[in-house]
Amino acid sequence: MSAEDDHSVSPLPPAALDDPHLQPYARRPEAAQTVAAVAMVIGFLGFIGFGVSYWVVASTQWQAATFGIGLFGFGFGVTAWGKYLMPQGPFVEERHQFHSTEAERDAMTAAVVERGGMVVKRRKVLGGLFALGSTAMGIVLLFPLLRSLGPKPGRTLFQTNWKKGSKAVTINGRQVYEEDLEVGGVMTVFPEGFEGSSPDQVILIRLADTTQPLSAPGRTSWGVAGYVAYSKLCTHLGCPVGLYQEQTQQLVCPCHQSVFNVLAGAVPEFGPAPRPLPQLPITVDAQGRLRANGTFDQAVGPGFWERP
Amino acid sequence: MIDESLRWVDDRLGIAKGGRTFLDKIFPDHWSFMLGEIALYSFVVLLGTGVFLSLYYVPSAHEIIYHGSYLPLRGQRVSEAYASTVGLSFDVRSGLLMRQAHHWAADIFVGAIAVHMARVFFTGAFRKPREFNWIVGVTMLILAIVNGFLGYSLPDDLVSGTGIRIAYSIIESVPLVGSYLAFFLFGGNYPGSGVIIPRFFIIHVLIVPLILLGLLGAHLGLLVKQKHTQFPGKSKSERNVVGSPMFPTFMAKTTGFLFMTTGVIFLLGGFVQINPIWQFGQYESYKISYAVQPDWYMGWLDGALRIMPSWEWVGWGHTIPLEVFLPAVIFPGIVFNIFYTWPFIESRHTKDLAYHNLLDRPRDRPKRTAAGAAMLGLLGTVFFASSTDVMANFFDLPLMGVLWFFRIAVIVVPIVSYFLAYQICNELRQAEGLGKRKRALAVTLTESGEYRTEESEPRPGDGAGVELEPVPVPAFIDVVPPELATGEGVRRVMR
Repeated sequence: MSAEDDHSVSPLPPAALDDPHLQPYARRPEAAQTVAAVAMVIGFLGFIGFGVSYWVVASTQWQAATFGIGLFGFGFGVTAWGKYLMPQGPFVEERHQFHSTEAERDAMTAAVVERGGMVVKRRKVLGGLFALGSTAMGIVLLFPLLRSLGPKPGRTLFQTNWKKGSKAVTINGRQVYEEDLEVGGVMTVFPEGFEGSSPDQVILIRLADTTQPLSAPGRTSWGVAGYVAYSKLCTHLGCPVGLYQEQTQQLVCPCHQSVFNVLAGAVPEFGPAPRPLPQLPITVDAQGRLRANGTFDQAVGPGFWERP
Repeated sequence: MIDESLRWVDDRLGIAKGGRTFLDKIFPDHWSFMLGEIALYSFVVLLGTGVFLSLYYVPSAHEIIYHGSYLPLRGQRVSEAYASTVGLSFDVRSGLLMRQAHHWAADIFVGAIAVHMARVFFTGAFRKPREFNWIVGVTMLILAIVNGFLGYSLPDDLVSGTGIRIAYSIIESVPLVGSYLAFFLFGGNYPGSGVIIPRFFIIHVLIVPLILLGLLGAHLGLLVKQKHTQFPGKSKSERNVVGSPMFPTFMAKTTGFLFMTTGVIFLLGGFVQINPIWQFGQYESYKISYAVQPDWYMGWLDGALRIMPSWEWVGWGHTIPLEVFLPAVIFPGIVFNIFYTWPFIESRHTKDLAYHNLLDRPRDRPKRTAAGAAMLGLLGTVFFASSTDVMANFFDLPLMGVLWFFRIAVIVVPIVSYFLAYQICNELRQAEGLGKRKRALAVTLTESGEYRTEESEPRPGDGAGVELEPVPVPAFIDVVPPELATGEGVRRVMR
């Protein structure tokens, strides 16, 4: 029975001490009280213990043990008190219909449709202006809310800092020389001056002592001295393709297990990656330093709408 | 004293009448109603521990040299976010306990919501008039998952940074506006202009929790307004609720349960290590760790991304990365839309427009139960698919074989689950007296050599006449001797 329905004075049923509904649920209330009391004492001691272990800067485990066991014990005691020692019931509560009467619904509908409709119909100009004004406000609000957040993509996604002649350096900015890697070795390199830059990361692999022709057509001159260089960004979701398996000549992305064939121009052989890793043409200058011999011929990383 | 203060307040706010009704609110006694309480109380723990963490965490990608007490990191260049998270773990007293309790509470929060939702689904508690509350609940589930991901990303460690990178690429995969959305959110091409950590921080600690609190108020407000559902049973009908009153019984039980839930979370937080970011190291976009797994509630999306074939669509000068867009945007979109619209799908199918306050046993609604089993089968399969690499290593199987197993299982498992659940429901319905305790039969040999069987006496719990008839909550306990209590002198109250 809800408070709104009934404002008359209605008697509640008499309840006497021996009413079974008011008896504790436990058959042996004294025993239940002892259990609840012991649990609450454990809780109390746990809380004190937590205070002490904090004071003496005890380990995290000690703090957790005292506080956690304290909370659990205390909670167990309070729950047992409620479950076994408070009136067992069962008690009942009537539901009431909370929907309105048909007349009340009609009155509401009439107020909205007729009163509101009348106002709008009689003043169509004002209604139209209100709609126009609030729409305009909503649209112009989007500019600061959305447009201020960041720059437009433009051509950014198609560009890297690799240019023809860029020196390949390690993350620490150290120049990479031809003799730096053994056959089977890999290294992450960046264009000089952009160490650590995400879109520029390139994985350098030494396949052999002499230039290996890739099975990708037209890329014979893209490698040098047994080195090949690929964008390290997975074409699936942009994770660094960090695992190189020399025996099978595969690059594996640890995120979603896309596998790329290094000898075939890093074409995906397996997994969700849709495209080969873009290859960076490289060369060795007179001092034996590795340099880019051009730039990527396509956007690096995962796919996006503007990509042709 | 209490009388006087209550009068003072009631003069101004008029709370006595409604307050009394609220104290008499009946809570049905069934264990499955505790699942939502676990979610509520882990949320309370999240708020408490989260406030603690926010006092020490620095939401900044600015690079500094680490000088804290964790020796292996000393002298390394790390972000302020990472340094402050390591710092609050090792250099703030009780900090590690609070941080790990916060992480465990988040995992338990989403888990409890999921199990609570399954309970509501399989018992049909979402039916008229409770569709609103179902929608509010589904929204809270989504927000809980989103906020869990955001919070997991804040320490700027290697594992969570990889997660942010993946999130960027997923946003980028949206046709037409994807790269704009990603650039706006991150302030540029990945990793952006250093704004993502402060932005994630304010969304994680202010915006989403505020919405969650509002929805939580609506969830509980609707629960009070519409009253609880209940399982059918003695004296229980569509027109009443039978159980324990709010005050004092339920209040005592639930307060105790708050303490117990918190206790378990803190025990986990102190004894079971979670997210040891000092082992992962600072995030760098060119570094990666093996067996990278997100928190459990992101596993289903990660698994969907793994088993999706590489179907990129290219044409008319544009690219749609379907291998990302379908599993990471369309798939969860479909799943959550099915969740949102299920009450309406079902009522359209059953043409049932009546009010439902009594719950179904899952077996009595075989089609709904089977549909739920199929959804659980689907989500479970993609969840396990998020560990294809770990499984391949652990069982020494070829990765490709494991992947193809899951690609087939994701179609087969839901279908098989549907028909299996449907069949089990139908067979359970036909079995008589299932789930009730059987009475023991005593076999005796008489002197004449006859065998006789006798049914033993009913025991408590056999359900034979031990339950009392429910009564309204009485106003007070009459202290007159029971033999004199005939209804005279009973206090009358406005109700």
